[in-house]
Amino acid sequence: MKLNRRSFLGTATLATAALSAPALMGQTRPRVVVIGGGSGGGTAARYIAKDSDGAVDVTLIEPSRRYYTCYFSNLYLGGFWEYDALGHDYGNIARTGVNVVHDWAVGVDRDAQTVALASGERVPYDRLVVAPGIDFVEGSVPGWDVSQQSLMPHAYKSGTQVQLLKHQIETMREGGLFVMVAPPNPYRCPPGPGERVSMVAHMLAQSNPSAKILVVDPKETYSKQALFEEGWERHYPGMVTRIGPDFGGENVEVRPEEMEVVIDGMVEKADVVNVIPAQKAGKIAELAGLTNDAGWAPVKPGDMRSTMDENIFVLGDASHQGAMPKSGFSANSQAKVVANVIRGELTGSRIFPARYSNTCWSLIATDDGVKVGATYEPGAEQIESVTSFISQTGEDADLRRQTYEESIGWYNGIVADIFG
Amino acid sequence: MRAFLQRFLFIGALVVPMELAAQAIPIGDAVAGAEVYRRECASCHQIGEDAQHRIGPHLNRIFDRGAGSHDDFRYSEALLRQGRDGLRWDLRRLDAYIENPRALVSGTRMSYRGLSDPARRADLIAYMRAYSDQPQNIPEAAPTARGREVNLSAEILAIEGDIEYGEYLSSECTTCHQRSGDHAGIPGIVGWPEEDFVVAMHAYKQKLRPHEVMQSVAQRLDDEEIAALAAYFLALGRE
Ligand SMILES: Cc1cc2nc3c(=O)[nH]c(=O)nc-3n(C[C@H](O)[C@H](O)[C@H](O)COP(=O)(O)OP(=O)(O)OC[C@H]3O[C@@H](n4cnc5c(N)ncnc54)[C@H](O)[C@@H]3O)c2cc1C
Ligand code: HEC
Ligand code: HEC
Repeated sequence: MKLNRRSFLGTATLATAALSAPALMGQTRPRVVVIGGGSGGGTAARYIAKDSDGAVDVTLIEPSRRYYTCYFSNLYLGGFWEYDALGHDYGNIARTGVNVVHDWAVGVDRDAQTVALASGERVPYDRLVVAPGIDFVEGSVPGWDVSQQSLMPHAYKSGTQVQLLKHQIETMREGGLFVMVAPPNPYRCPPGPGERVSMVAHMLAQSNPSAKILVVDPKETYSKQALFEEGWERHYPGMVTRIGPDFGGENVEVRPEEMEVVIDGMVEKADVVNVIPAQKAGKIAELAGLTNDAGWAPVKPGDMRSTMDENIFVLGDASHQGAMPKSGFSANSQAKVVANVIRGELTGSRIFPARYSNTCWSLIATDDGVKVGATYEPGAEQIESVTSFISQTGEDADLRRQTYEESIGWYNGIVADIFG
Repeated sequence: MRAFLQRFLFIGALVVPMELAAQAIPIGDAVAGAEVYRRECASCHQIGEDAQHRIGPHLNRIFDRGAGSHDDFRYSEALLRQGRDGLRWDLRRLDAYIENPRALVSGTRMSYRGLSDPARRADLIAYMRAYSDQPQNIPEAAPTARGREVNLSAEILAIEGDIEYGEYLSSECTTCHQRSGDHAGIPGIVGWPEEDFVVAMHAYKQKLRPHEVMQSVAQRLDDEEIAALAAYFLALGRE
């Protein structure tokens, strides 16, 4: 993580004023700080500010000026979505009354209730929302670390990594080999790797049809497997091979300099390698002492409150909450529950029971969309699934096209909900 | 004619629960239904020999057909969408559509106010049934399936929605349905008359409308919550 970037948004004067210590003294408005302006944090900051109508002072800490969604980044790879259309800035969140501070949070002093920024500033809070997304587990794919990401991109945090991966695939030699090293559970976006394989296959089928795709996967099974396999067979016959754990898929090493992948001792020469390492909560969650041994931040199912600290809520991918998949939809859904609870605790507004839900769409080929989803509720220990549904194999083309169109409707809906 | 009709007016034993299997269950009086058809439907729909599409599509062999499945008729986008979702004209859905077309298909082009009397609907359906050649293909033929699901009680329709609760609940919806009312791919739901909103939500909850996303959304909403959402989304449209 680079900690030297420090900057303020256009609304800088406002943000800076709110941050300087004297301005905070004697302030009576309760203060909420949100770390991470992604799907979870962006939603939480916006909803608290919007619904409390200025009664709560909300500060959002996010290093990037533009958030590039991971969702639909696969569609960009496949040529179905523009890169620029993945990017969203923070102007409208600031306009709902959120102080947007473009900086890194580098530490949390839980006794003093302050967040330390890379700039050296300390931001006090009454309630803290931690939503930093994921980081990668070092050493989970032997031979790979973040310094190798330009040779073997992960492309799992959107942005320029995805552009790089697309460029590598486009310029791959004719008949070349694309290898994906898939992650172990749990990881962000369970159908993400399968959708990526579909979109890479779509690209190659047009420009480089003799190329091959090899997926090395440590998992026995994966999300929407039957749907993806049916789709690959139909649209890209013979192109995709998957090596699961029964054939050594969990025993993989990479050599970025040589562009080699070693699977259970066998060396494969590859042309493009996409390494998606094992994952854990974004580093700041660990620095704040909010994570468990597995690297995720455990929360209470009723309101996403950290089990380690009453004043802190952890949202989205970083949280360990139970049955909800790590998705943008889930993070957005959890954020609304948290916003309602925090506002209620700080201003006395009504607190309603938690309701969580998720739907994840994936595109397999042109006009061939599928979905999986569920509703959730708090159980005694964890969030539990109530009802669920998934697209069926063998559905007709009209329904699949409609499902794809719904996914575009959802994309526009969720980004409008957060950034619009 | 009467004898011919009567041959078809009984539900086959195939799909009837065991204890009822011995007797076939009449849907209604097809002869009386012919009169209902003439008064309520014939101005727009033809049925019987040589029936053609008119303002509405012809209604021969309607049972167990996919909704909106005549290629040579121009349906509304809303009805076509339900057809793609998997809506089939079984007895229960026909009954619901005739009762209140908008409950099943909010944007339908069938401008017909609906037929609220269940006995007249039963007669009508018995009559239409005679023009379907596959009566055994009616999945929900057990008499208990012939509920009046969309015919929500006056009490349910009269519930005054708690707008503040509706606003909280709406945050689940706005991940897909935009607050601005903008829509593409997913229908807009802002500014609807409350009753249309309520009957549509109940139609998902009762699985009359096939879309699984909305079925699962609606399933955990109770009557008060649906009313709260209807009130909130109407108010949002007025902002
Ligand atoms: C290829 C792919 C496809 C996907 N497709 C879908 C999909 O179709 N549907 C779906 O719902 N989900 C999808 N996802 C998953 C989705 O992107 C994530 O689950 C979601 O973004 C999680 O939200 P979050 O708020 O937890 O984290 P993020 O959205 O990653 O946001 C975290 C933010 O925190 C910031 N941050 C991190 N550390 C700090 C710090 N120390 N200080 C300040 N800020 C910090 C980061 O800059 C970032 O902006 C996909 C993911 C991938 C990789
Ligand atoms: C004012 C004209 C009108 C009247 C009266 C009317 N309909 Fe319709 N009907 C239509 C139109 C138009 C459609 C196509 C609707 C659409 O595309 O949304 C339709 C569609 C239907 C369908 C769906 C057909 C399909 O192929 O999916 C059924 C079933 C139906 N009507 C039954 C009836 C019955 C039964 C009655 C009498 C109780 C009736 N309609 C009265 C105009 C009418
Ligand atoms: C995951 C995305 C998603 C969420 C969340 C969602 N909807 Fe929907 N909604 C849809 C889709 C897709 C349709 C179209 C369904 C169909 O074809 O019948 C729809 C249809 C509807 C309709 C009928 C529209 C019409 O024109 O017939 C209503 C009303 C509705 N939704 C209300 C809601 C409410 C209220 C909520 C929140 C409690 C909600 N929806 C949450 C995706 C969603």
